[in-house]
Amino acid sequence: MSVQVKIPAVGESISSGIVSVWHKKSGEQVKKGDPLFTLETDKVSTEIVAEADGVLRTKANEGQEVKIGEVVAEIEESAAPAAADQKKEPAPPVAAAAERGQPESPRSSGATELSPAVRRIVEEEKLDASKISGTGKGGRITKGDALAAAQNRAAAGPEEMQATAVVETLEAVESLASPAKDGRVVRKRMSPLRRKIAQQLVMAQNTAAILTTFNECDMSEVQALRAYAQEQFTKKNGVKLGLMSFFVKATVEALKAVPVINGRIEGDDFIQNNFYDIGVAVGTERGLVVPVVRDADKKSFAELERDIADYAKKAREGKLKIEELQGGTFTISNGGVYGSLMATPILNPPQSGILGMHKIMERPIAVKGAVMVRPMMYLALSYDHRLIDGKEAVTFLIKVKEGIEKPKTLPIDF
Amino acid sequence: MGENMDKLDVIIIGSGPGGYVAAIRAGQLGLKTALIEKDKDLGGTCLNIGCIPSKALLTSSDHFVFAKKEAAKHGILLDNPRVDLSTMQKRKDKVVKALTGGVRQLMKTNKVMVLEGMGTITAPGKVSVKSSSGETQEIETKNIVIATGSVPIELPSAKFDGKTIVSSTEALCFEEAPKKFLVIGAGAIGLELGSVWNRLGSEVTILEFLPRIALGFDLELSNLLQRALTSQGIKFHLETKVTGVKVENGRAVATATKANETLTFEADRVLVSVGRRPFSEGLGAEKVGVEFDEKKRIKVDKHFRTNVKGIFAIGDVIAGPMLAHKAEDEGIACIENIAGKSGHVNYDAIPGIIYTNPELAGVGITEDQAKEKGMNVRVGKFPFRANGRALANEDVEGVVKFIADAKTDRILGAHILQHTASELIAEPASVIEFGGSSEDLGRTTHSHPTLSEAVKEAALAVEKRALHIMNR
Repeated sequence: MSVQVKIPAVGESISSGIVSVWHKKSGEQVKKGDPLFTLETDKVSTEIVAEADGVLRTKANEGQEVKIGEVVAEIEESAAPAAADQKKEPAPPVAAAAERGQPESPRSSGATELSPAVRRIVEEEKLDASKISGTGKGGRITKGDALAAAQNRAAAGPEEMQATAVVETLEAVESLASPAKDGRVVRKRMSPLRRKIAQQLVMAQNTAAILTTFNECDMSEVQALRAYAQEQFTKKNGVKLGLMSFFVKATVEALKAVPVINGRIEGDDFIQNNFYDIGVAVGTERGLVVPVVRDADKKSFAELERDIADYAKKAREGKLKIEELQGGTFTISNGGVYGSLMATPILNPPQSGILGMHKIMERPIAVKGAVMVRPMMYLALSYDHRLIDGKEAVTFLIKVKEGIEKPKTLPIDF
Repeated sequence: MGENMDKLDVIIIGSGPGGYVAAIRAGQLGLKTALIEKDKDLGGTCLNIGCIPSKALLTSSDHFVFAKKEAAKHGILLDNPRVDLSTMQKRKDKVVKALTGGVRQLMKTNKVMVLEGMGTITAPGKVSVKSSSGETQEIETKNIVIATGSVPIELPSAKFDGKTIVSSTEALCFEEAPKKFLVIGAGAIGLELGSVWNRLGSEVTILEFLPRIALGFDLELSNLLQRALTSQGIKFHLETKVTGVKVENGRAVATATKANETLTFEADRVLVSVGRRPFSEGLGAEKVGVEFDEKKRIKVDKHFRTNVKGIFAIGDVIAGPMLAHKAEDEGIACIENIAGKSGHVNYDAIPGIIYTNPELAGVGITEDQAKEKGMNVRVGKFPFRANGRALANEDVEGVVKFIADAKTDRILGAHILQHTASELIAEPASVIEFGGSSEDLGRTTHSHPTLSEAVKEAALAVEKRALHIMNR
């Protein structure tokens, strides 16, 4: 008796991933709960654990792209006593990204149930049929459903297909031209995360009318306040009082003053979000991820700092869950950590605004008629001009600036 | 409990295709069921005086035309083929008997009690049955299904006399082909019976009030059909309003106006086939408060419930096309609803057919309807003259047409003009029912050589990739 190891559904809109590393070798004895391999998808990477005791027989190679529901290994339950009550199809292994009570069971024999036109579209557009909701008789997927799914995906990344085509052409030409064995050029498939990032960014550029407005803020007050409160804050909360909590708070206050920036466009409608789920961009080795701090308006400075620290840790370890990356209403990106002095961030669709923080640099500025040297930071707000006008954008940024320059106006709770 | 022992679950009034099929379904679902029929034979209009006998005559007369005009093309030489009408009529009667007898057998197998007599609703849950011998019995039931069908509409200017001015019922039973046969109304019935007697030797003239024949069918294909029938010898007068029919010495003279001109038509027989009206009165339905619409059709919701609890109605007596298969499916859905299941009829996928030669069949919307509604559609057409089997059959007249949504490619309508269109239409109807696209049909393998390949080709033509014609 053997148990199949299938690629679990790790989150909505994820249809495939890459088996990045096998933690156990084929033929090796594994125990239930042992991590078998790391699955890297375009949003998160996650460890898949064994569902049973037995001998592992792998069926997929490292680096291989696999679809949700695909069998990548079998565990032969040689003399396992529990073999009797093991079903042939085990529940999908519990992934790090646990579903919120909605296990997405991919249709067992998807391809054969599809109508000919739907089958073609699914194959050509590389759609996951199990993710398309059918409007036909008995919930079947009609061609219209498949076309809509393809279009939605295209809207989410119109460049993808084109890009693929271009890459394929290039590949063909290049392989004819030079085998490139000298190592001067190395070709490597982009990771799903990188591809997703590429797709998202281009989509954002193509969809929104992105414009950036700048301002600068004097960090003296915040720095003074942090220095003053740091020791006690750390002792009390077990986490350092960073800069981010100030910016999150200042952002929330500014969003409250200019609510449109916290909204988004959906079709011909404007959706006003009356909650403040702020995405905080975190750089990782694999690429940038943007975990979302929920209800930032209701959280204390300590809670914000803890959330952000948690996310940063998880991001580095590749343990972020899908749902932690979804549904933000606004994003803050801090290029300053790498030393950026000024940049124009790209929107994180469907959000309408992104605040860019930058390097704090001591610069001479004029204060009350005198030249002073102050720790200054340039601020950038990229916004969707379809929805937001310059006046609103500028007002927002000034609000952020004021919050940072006069932190006492923020709801300080430490 | 003793009281309920005798109580039926459902009484169905009318044993046409709607009623008897409902009875079978009720029997299958274990409902205690009774079927009431006023006539001696079961099967209603369809089996006795409608679909079935007309098809028997249509096929027989079609064979005659084949023998007379087509056989020689195949190298089959027949000397002076003639018609023995009485044998033809007897065969028709035999077909009808076999079917009505079959229905009675089916009632037995499904444990449906059959009551002969006129069923009248006396109160919700109570039906009285008056037999032909005058006895009346009252039966209690939990549910009543009215499936009483329809009857031919009479023209005030041309009242039926059963001999010279007739309805379809009599026109199926002529003992000889009338020399001159006048048909009022160019719908399915008029065109079919006009065809029958035209083939059997009558001089047939069809008058139609509208500027087209076969209302409800695709206009282009209707016009093609009119052309075909004209070449077979039928004369058409469209936009012609019949003002009166006089009968003298067994011959009729009809007067009509066409563009301010007065026309007169002499005929030995006149068929009035201007439509059918629901047979909804005299059933007691109005007495128990069942609501009707302005056309005297019984009003029902989508579960076939009337406004009176426990009273349902299906088929010709409610709104919708007066078609046997529509009634059947409503009967099934209605009974399933009564039995607590979920029955449903998709009115977008009900095919309609005129059994002329060529036959005209259609399902879903027509091209002219799509245009009228300003819908964004794509049309694919394929002529049978480019189909191998049609050529081999020496039967190339006709065309297949698909109407598909321009965006989703979903098939919205399919229309076929061909000798066997009635059989070919089933495939597009099924694809429409499943929300399929023209591409779905076009990517389905069809046997070669068959006429069904023309259906596939027309589907391919929607996306301009038909194989055996130029795609324009």
